[in-house]
Amino acid sequence: MTTKLFGEPVQRVEDAKLITGRAHFLDDLGHDALGAAFVRSPHAHARITDIDITGALEVEGLVAVYTHEDLTGAAGDRLPLLIPHPALTEPRTGYPLARDVVKHVGEPIVMVVARDRYVAEDAAERIVVSYEFLPPVVGVDNARRAERTVHDDVPDNVSAHMVQQVGEVDRAMAAAPHVLELDLEIQRSASMPMEGKGVYARWDAAEGSMRLYSSTQTSTGVRAAVAARLGLPLNKVDCIAPMVGGGFGAKIMHPWPEEVLVPWAARELDREVKWVEDRREHFISSAHERGQIQNVKVGFDDDGRVLALDVRVWHDNGAYTPYGIIVPIITSTQLLGPYKPGSYRVEFWSLYTNTVIVTPYRGAGRPQGVFAMERTMDAIAEQLGLDRAEVRRRNFITPAEMPYDHQMTFQDGRPLIYDSGDFPASLDKLKALIGWDEMSAYAEQARSDGRKVGLGLACYVEGTGVGPYEGAHVVVESSGKVKVATGLTTQGQGHFTSFAQIAADELGVPLEDVEVVTGDTRRFGYAVGTFASRAAVMSGNAIAMASRKVRAKALHIAGEALEVDPGDLEIVDGVVRVKGSPKSAIPLATVAVLSNPLRYAFDEASKAATQFAVGDTSGPPIGADQEPGLEGTDYYSPVGSAYANGMHAVLVENDAETAETKILRYCVVHDCGPLINPMIVEGQVHGGVAQGVGGALYERMEYDENGQLLNASFMDFLMPYASEVPTIEIDHLETPSPLNPLGIKGAGEAGVIPSAAVFAAAIEDAEGFSIRSMPISPSELFELRRRHAAGEVPSLTRRTATKSAAKRTTAKKATAKKATAKKTTAKKAPTKRRTTS
Amino acid sequence: MKPSPFAYSAPTSLADALSVLAEVGADGKVLAGGQSLVPILNMRLAAPAHIVDINRIPDLGFVRVEDGGVRVGALARHADIEGDDAAYGALPLLRQALRLVAHPVIRNRGTTVGSLAHADPSGEMTAVLALTGGSVELARQGSSRTVFADEFFLAPLESAVEPGELAVSAFFPSPVAMTGTTFVEVARRHGDYAVCGLAAMVTLEQDGTIGQARAAYISVGPTPVVLDLTEAVHGQRAAEADWAAAGQLAQGQVDPEPDIHASADYRRHLVGVLTARALHEAAGRAA
Amino acid sequence: MSEPAGRAGEQVYDVVLHVNGVLRPASVPARRLLSDCLRHDLRLTGTHVGCEHGVCGACTVLVDGRPMRSCLMFAVSAQGSEITTVEGLGTPDDMHPVQQAFRECHGLQCGFCTPGFLTTIAAFIEENPEPSEEEAREAISGNLCRCTGYQNIVKATLRAAELSRDSPGEST
Repeated sequence: MTTKLFGEPVQRVEDAKLITGRAHFLDDLGHDALGAAFVRSPHAHARITDIDITGALEVEGLVAVYTHEDLTGAAGDRLPLLIPHPALTEPRTGYPLARDVVKHVGEPIVMVVARDRYVAEDAAERIVVSYEFLPPVVGVDNARRAERTVHDDVPDNVSAHMVQQVGEVDRAMAAAPHVLELDLEIQRSASMPMEGKGVYARWDAAEGSMRLYSSTQTSTGVRAAVAARLGLPLNKVDCIAPMVGGGFGAKIMHPWPEEVLVPWAARELDREVKWVEDRREHFISSAHERGQIQNVKVGFDDDGRVLALDVRVWHDNGAYTPYGIIVPIITSTQLLGPYKPGSYRVEFWSLYTNTVIVTPYRGAGRPQGVFAMERTMDAIAEQLGLDRAEVRRRNFITPAEMPYDHQMTFQDGRPLIYDSGDFPASLDKLKALIGWDEMSAYAEQARSDGRKVGLGLACYVEGTGVGPYEGAHVVVESSGKVKVATGLTTQGQGHFTSFAQIAADELGVPLEDVEVVTGDTRRFGYAVGTFASRAAVMSGNAIAMASRKVRAKALHIAGEALEVDPGDLEIVDGVVRVKGSPKSAIPLATVAVLSNPLRYAFDEASKAATQFAVGDTSGPPIGADQEPGLEGTDYYSPVGSAYANGMHAVLVENDAETAETKILRYCVVHDCGPLINPMIVEGQVHGGVAQGVGGALYERMEYDENGQLLNASFMDFLMPYASEVPTIEIDHLETPSPLNPLGIKGAGEAGVIPSAAVFAAAIEDAEGFSIRSMPISPSELFELRRRHAAGEVPSLTRRTATKSAAKRTTAKKATAKKATAKKTTAKKAPTKRRTTS
Repeated sequence: MKPSPFAYSAPTSLADALSVLAEVGADGKVLAGGQSLVPILNMRLAAPAHIVDINRIPDLGFVRVEDGGVRVGALARHADIEGDDAAYGALPLLRQALRLVAHPVIRNRGTTVGSLAHADPSGEMTAVLALTGGSVELARQGSSRTVFADEFFLAPLESAVEPGELAVSAFFPSPVAMTGTTFVEVARRHGDYAVCGLAAMVTLEQDGTIGQARAAYISVGPTPVVLDLTEAVHGQRAAEADWAAAGQLAQGQVDPEPDIHASADYRRHLVGVLTARALHEAAGRAA
Repeated sequence: MSEPAGRAGEQVYDVVLHVNGVLRPASVPARRLLSDCLRHDLRLTGTHVGCEHGVCGACTVLVDGRPMRSCLMFAVSAQGSEITTVEGLGTPDDMHPVQQAFRECHGLQCGFCTPGFLTTIAAFIEENPEPSEEEAREAISGNLCRCTGYQNIVKATLRAAELSRDSPGEST
């Protein structure tokens, strides 16, 4: 069998267990563990004046109750600031159990451990916490007005203020023939994996060692944090991510309070302890993202080329900043997309509010950046009467300009340099896929029939495969089976299969003989985690590199055994053989046996490696640079991110009366370089698009002015069912990355990144007025229609303009010199839409 | 999210059930389908001391065409009624409404009588009972009473069922001949509670003109709102009727509340739009 | 229902549940959700819990052949019914057509929501052996999935129906 597996839509090896209910997620473990529950703050901002636990003590089955003052050692310290940054001048993190004050609804105050979760909730319910209310800050607008503060010592509610600038924006803006200004907003949403968080800890008092399981995206991160907090040496703590039911970013944040508290309690009690988050807890004590207010000022020429781009972003970071300012940094840098503005300045303020913390959610700030850029592109096209795809094309970085240095710093601390991509080709593919011209005509015809049909388009670039590194260990056992271990984790991305494909290809073994383990510090101890569309790039390459080491060693040993030059050997179906002379062969299993010179045989196969069986006595059994065993470890550490890109187009029809949006077609063109497993990549795109649909049309976190989350359940936080998600048409472009041995780029986040932008564009096209705030519900669209009819919301000018772009250009040139900044704000502050009964 | 502890009875006869209910009074809560009750218990929004599980009582799952209508027992699952062809023949509105109640899996367990007793202002079946002028039979130890729709729904999540009582069946009268019905709603997602919905009924005269047009609305008031809209379209031929006028007439008679999913204005707007669509559709089915 | 076991605190009921063709005893308080009983008392962890308010569908099991939310039922109520969980649909060596179809069509990613879809679809294709794509999509529109975007689950539903038609007798 010489077919390469790389590039094949191989069925997933992990599926057999998952579809028969035999895989283990966090709560499937630890049946005998004690259950934990928490008393969480019901108030957005308050001082704790008393905690009365006496009621809980009567509950039969209660084991322990802990408040902050019970926490020993570093376990009671403030949670760590994971990613410091010079611009993050006022970072704040919370305590694992609140001390004195609570800053958001959901913050944990008391931990209850009991016989099981039912009893723990009974006890928690009986604990009475007294509060003195403090005024809460809710929403970006209130945060920046700073009439109230979240943290006493941060009077302007600003955790970070950062400016990045390339070129002379002010001068270019002043000289630009046209200037537009847009005020934009994206509402807060959340990852919302189907499995919440969970932690299960086993303390071995005799060994002084802790084994914890966590539904996490970074077992090495959790291990390090827990070891530090519990004062344990790293080699006495292991963290395993079992099967994880989705993460989407929510589980890269660590250590969650519970990740510290559950092992701490396990050690205190010398009992197994398990905590499994329920859905309400997840809503009010995990992480949210997306909420930003933006202001864009753009200067451009008559051809629609961006000469000056000046962006200000106010980012809602919630009550604390444990993950630093990665999200707004990503917004700032990825906003540029596939374009090369003449000059660019981006300034952001990251603001505290008395709400759940904000950490990355699939896209991690990119959707917001893309929203700003793509709304701007559409506004430029609208202003000049140009085709929206054409305006983008005119601004594209071309393949000849790769690698393209934006002269900014990306979220990995490295220069923002695009390594690959052919944006014009991607756009051509997208236009062909959707039928851009035909669909535009169709939409126009439909609109003249009174139907609200619209077409939208959005482009993005995604920095993937960020470092610092990932590693892999590959070993061929004496059975011939190959065991691969990498330290990052899996939440459904198919790593057990795609990584096996890579190893199998490199080693020349059947796929079934390869077993991949991820996210287990016992198996691989150095890793970063799964996020930022990095796993395939990082671990994929590390596995390839480690496999190559193993292959080289195998050929060397086999060469000695067969007395041929290793260069004349190949490995096919797990057998090392001489090229063109298949009879001269030795199974890889035997090579594995030979790789470990033995004194004592332990089975039949190992006899071949014992000292009297192996002939050569000319040198030592293990050479100077060698180690026993047919295994190899290697690490991939990138010099910079590999930049994937994509373009989406959507055709919608809004009901002329009910304002409900129906998706008629959704097209994706995606470039993540060579695909390891096309089926898995397409699945990732489907899932991302579904989250995008949710985020554009259905999902938002509804906080009221008291900081209460009004929709903390699946009944009212509207994630799309199959009925809400369209059939997605996908085409691929593969421009390899020159930065890594496999030439691959990440794909995990792609589907969701341009969704707010593309739906806003299509809805705007359908309605004939500007859409500047997302998500949008039928009720909100109805309201906009009403205001538009009343003249409060202006029409798109190209609807009322004459056909000739040339005429318009001439007219513009004549008045260009006198033109000043032109406000096209279409939407007022959106507080009205959050009115409740 | 686990329920608080409760005492539990699972009577195996109606008499036993009524006896237990009499004993526990206001401390008791009936468990039939549980699709509305158990989420409330799981979220600890309520913690009744005593749950009376009626699922073991025989002969309560009936769906019968009788007395010029359809009578359903307390344990008739939504799905049972939805799938019952005889019931559909007697009153198509039942299936028309039921297919919009939550999702099929919920309908496999949830009961229509339970839904009525739960009295959610967004519950489709409340509008069906209201529009058809149906009734609920309430039994307590030693007696029973019939409460008609116009007195059954008292407030959001409050029905006329009193402590000690069990809603044993509901009756939905069939409309007169030459009547067409439909149920139309707008929900945020498939299967969600309606943002606005209505059961509509149009009766034609022998000459094909509109004799009566009525509708019952959900999600626009604390209880289902029943409106007679005949005056907007009376005597008009169904094919050319001014359904929009009926819609406007309806709009003027509702006072919806806003919530996180929709503004009051939008709901009122939908009343107009959906009334026109529903009456038109119902008229088309009036054979 | 039998006598409560002697334990201080909450009353406990000895029940016998008929699960995947096997009678399984358990001692549970009345408030023990069927989902928790299956998972923790009977160690059948294939049924998953995503919300405990009946919306996500991950906990869906078959009760007398009909899909129902196990998070909205109490274990004590389930006595007397035949319950089928994902473990009862098929094993790795002997899969139900719907399980096989999911693997073929990449109908799962993280797999957490999957058991709820499998039971729902297994029942659906028995009632509807030749669904259209629209009917298939409608049938799965009561279960939430955050990973797949549903497209491949629709495919898997149609494929499951096809596999079922090709080899009748391999149903629940």
